[in-house]
Amino acid sequence: MKRYSNVIAAYSIMIILIILVGVFQSWSIALTILNYCLISAVMTMGANIQWGYAGLINFGIMGYTALGGLAVVLVSVAPVGEAWKLGGLNMLACLGIIAGMILSIRQVLKKIEKSKKRNYLVAAIIVIGVLLLRFISAPAIESIESVEPAKTGFLGGLGMPVLFSWIVGGIFAGGLAYIVGKIALGLRADYLAIATLLIAEIIVSIIKHEEWLARGVKNVIGLKRPAPYEIDLQTSPWFINLVEKFHSSKLKLISSISERQDVLKQLVIDASSVYVKLCFAGLFLTVVIILLIITQKALYSPWGRKMRAIRDNEEAASAMGKNVVKEHLLIFILGSAVVGIAGAMMVTNDGLFTPGSYRPMRYTFVIWVMVIVGGTGNNFGAILGGFVVWFLWVQAAPMALFFINLLTAHLPETNEIKIHLINSAPYFRFLLIGIGLLVIMRYRPRGILPEKIIKQ
Amino acid sequence: MDLINAIIVLLNYTVIPALTYGSQLALGAIFVTLIYGILRFANFATGDMMSFGTMFAVLLTYYFQSLGISFGILPTALLTIPFAIFMMILYMLTIDKFVFSYYRVKKSPPVQLAMVSVGVMFVTQAIIRIIIGPSDRRFLDGEKFILKATEFKEMTGLNEGLTLKSTQAITIVVTIIVVSIMFWFLNKTKTGTSMRAYSDNEDLALLSGIDPKKVVLITWVIAGILATIGGILYGLDKSYRPFVYFNNMLPIFAAAIVGGIGNPYGAFLGGYVIAFAEIFLTYAYKRFFIYLLPESLEPNSLIQLLSTDYKFAISFSILVIVLLFRPSGIFEGKKI
Repeated sequence: MKRYSNVIAAYSIMIILIILVGVFQSWSIALTILNYCLISAVMTMGANIQWGYAGLINFGIMGYTALGGLAVVLVSVAPVGEAWKLGGLNMLACLGIIAGMILSIRQVLKKIEKSKKRNYLVAAIIVIGVLLLRFISAPAIESIESVEPAKTGFLGGLGMPVLFSWIVGGIFAGGLAYIVGKIALGLRADYLAIATLLIAEIIVSIIKHEEWLARGVKNVIGLKRPAPYEIDLQTSPWFINLVEKFHSSKLKLISSISERQDVLKQLVIDASSVYVKLCFAGLFLTVVIILLIITQKALYSPWGRKMRAIRDNEEAASAMGKNVVKEHLLIFILGSAVVGIAGAMMVTNDGLFTPGSYRPMRYTFVIWVMVIVGGTGNNFGAILGGFVVWFLWVQAAPMALFFINLLTAHLPETNEIKIHLINSAPYFRFLLIGIGLLVIMRYRPRGILPEKIIKQ
Repeated sequence: MDLINAIIVLLNYTVIPALTYGSQLALGAIFVTLIYGILRFANFATGDMMSFGTMFAVLLTYYFQSLGISFGILPTALLTIPFAIFMMILYMLTIDKFVFSYYRVKKSPPVQLAMVSVGVMFVTQAIIRIIIGPSDRRFLDGEKFILKATEFKEMTGLNEGLTLKSTQAITIVVTIIVVSIMFWFLNKTKTGTSMRAYSDNEDLALLSGIDPKKVVLITWVIAGILATIGGILYGLDKSYRPFVYFNNMLPIFAAAIVGGIGNPYGAFLGGYVIAFAEIFLTYAYKRFFIYLLPESLEPNSLIQLLSTDYKFAISFSILVIVLLFRPSGIFEGKKI
C-alpha cells in the first residue's frame, strides 16, 4: 500500500479537481473534460509503450490517431450503394493492383541479385503500376465524388457497429506502424522523431485529400454512437421518471404544476447530456482499465524485462541473443495500435470525423508532453500525465483570464494592454504547457510518477 | 518561337517560384543544420524561432510606417532586419542560458535536448501569439513587381508573359549574399574554423584550446541571423502567420536531412532539392506541352503528376526515400 501512496495521492487530487469543475462550472463540462482525459490517457499509454518501455521516439502520433478515426468512418457508416455501383469495382481493382505491385517488387527483390538491372526493374514496376492506378481510378473517383457531393460523395463504410471500429482502428494503426517501422526504425533517435513526424503528415494529407475515401476536408458528420441519443432520452418515460426521482425534493418546492413541468423539462435536457457523457466515460474507462491491466502485466513479465534491457543497453541485450530489431518493431506496432484505438475512441466521442483538425501541435506534441510530465515507463504515470496535461490544456484559458483580471484590476476597462491580454487569454495554454514541460524536464526528469522497477 | 514560349511558361510558373521558395527553405535548413552540428540536437522550435524574428520585423515595419520612414521602392521590412536580428539573438541567448546550457553541460543525450526544444517551441509559440496574435499579416510595401507580364509581352512580342515579383528578386539576392558571407566566415576565419573543429570533434577541439562558450555564442548569433532573414523573406513573399511558420519547420527539416544533417552546403542545396521537387511534381504541364507538341497531339488533361494538395507530402516522401537509401543525406562528406 505504501508503495502506491504517491500514485493514490496524485489520482485523488486529479479527481477532486474534476469534481471541483463539476461543482463550480457544470457537470457537463466536467464530464467532457473527463472523457477527453481518458482518451488522452489511452494515447499516452500508447506513446509510453514506445518511449517508456523501449526508448523509441515516435512523433507520428497524429497519423495513427487520424487512421483510427478513419477506421470509425470506414466501419460504421452505412455504405453508399450508388457510389459502389459506379466506382466500387474500379477502386477494388486499384487495391488489387497495389497488392500486385508490392508482391511483384518483393519477388524481384528476392529473385534477382542487387544490380542496376534490379533497380530499373523495380522502378519500371512502380511507374507502370502508378500509371495503371491513375488510369483506372481517375474516372471512378470522379463518379464516386459526384454522387450527392453535399451529403455523401464517398464510398461509405461497412455499416457495422461502431465499437467494432475501435479494434479496426487499432489494426489500421498497427499495420501502418509495421510499414513505418520497417522503413524508419533503423534510424538514430532524433532522425526517427523527424521521420515519423513527417510520415504522419503524409498520412493526414492523404486522408484530407482523397475525398472518395472519407470525404476529406468536407468532414463526415453524424457518426453512429455506442450510447443513446439525447433526443431519445428526453422523450423516453423511464428517463424522465428517473430525473424526477433524482430531483424530487427540489421539485416538491415548486408549487405550480406548469412551472414544475418547465423545470423538469430543463432538468431532463441537462441530465440527458450528462447521461450520454457518463455512458461514454464508462466505455472509455473500461478500455483504460483493460489496457492498464494488460500493459502492467506486460511490463512486469519476462518480456517487459527484456524490453527494458534492450532500452537501457541495446548492445548488451543484442549480445545476450535478444533480437533487438524484431522487438523494436513489435513494440512500435503495439504502441501505435493503442494510439489508433484512442483515435477511434475520440472520433466516436465527437460523432464527427474532421481530417482538417489533425495538427501536429495538438495530436503529437501535447501527447508527448503528457508522457514526459506523467512519468516515462510507468503506466500509472502515463495515465496521470494524460489527465493533468489535458486538464491544464482546457482550463488554462479560464485560469489565465482570472490572473489577468487580477493583475490588471487597477487598470481601467479601456486600457489597451488589458484588452489585448484578455483577448489573448487562450494562448496562455501554450505558455503553461511549455513551461510545465521545461520545469519537469529540468527538476523531475523522470516525470511526476517515475518508473519503478520491482525486483523479482 | 513556340519553344521560347514553352520555356517562359516553365520559368514563370516553376523555376522562379522554386528558386524563391528554395532560398527560404535553404536559410532555415542551414539554421537547423548548424544547431544540429554544433549544439547536437534537432531543434523542434525552428519554425517558431523564425516566426519570432519575423514578428519583430512586422511590428517594426508598422512602427516605421507610422513614423513615415520608408525604403523607397524596397520594402520597409528590409530596414528592420538589423533590429529584428538583434531581438532574435537576444531571445535565443536567453533561452540558451536558462534552458539548453544546463543539458549541454550535463551532456544529456540528444533526444532529451530535442524534447526540451519542444518545450521551447510551446513557449515561443505562446509568446508570439500573445504579442501579435495568430492572424494573417501582410507587411510588404514598396514596388510589388520588377517585371510585369504585360510589359514583358510588349517588350519581346511573345505570347507568354514573365513576371518577376520584387520579393522573389530580393529573396534570391539576399540569400546569395547571406549564404556566401556565412560560408566565407565558416571556411576562412579563425572563429569559423574553430566552430568546424568543435562540430567534428568536441573533445579534441576543447583540448586545442577552443572556448566552447564562444563557439556556442557565435552559433546562436549566426543562427539568429539566418532564422530572422529566412523568416522575413518568407513573410514578405507570402504572408506572416504564426501557424504557417510552425508548419514550415517540416519541409525545412526535410531539406536539412536530405542535404545531410550537420552539413551546411548540403542543407543549402537540400532546400532547393525540396522546393524544385515540390513545384515540378505538382505543376500542370498542359500549357507547356501545348506549345511544344503539334496540334494533333495536344493534351486534354492537365498533365499534372500529383495534385497540389500533396505539396508537403512530396517533400516528406523524398525525405523518406533518402533516409531509406542514404541515411546520411545526398550531399554527405564534408562536415562543418
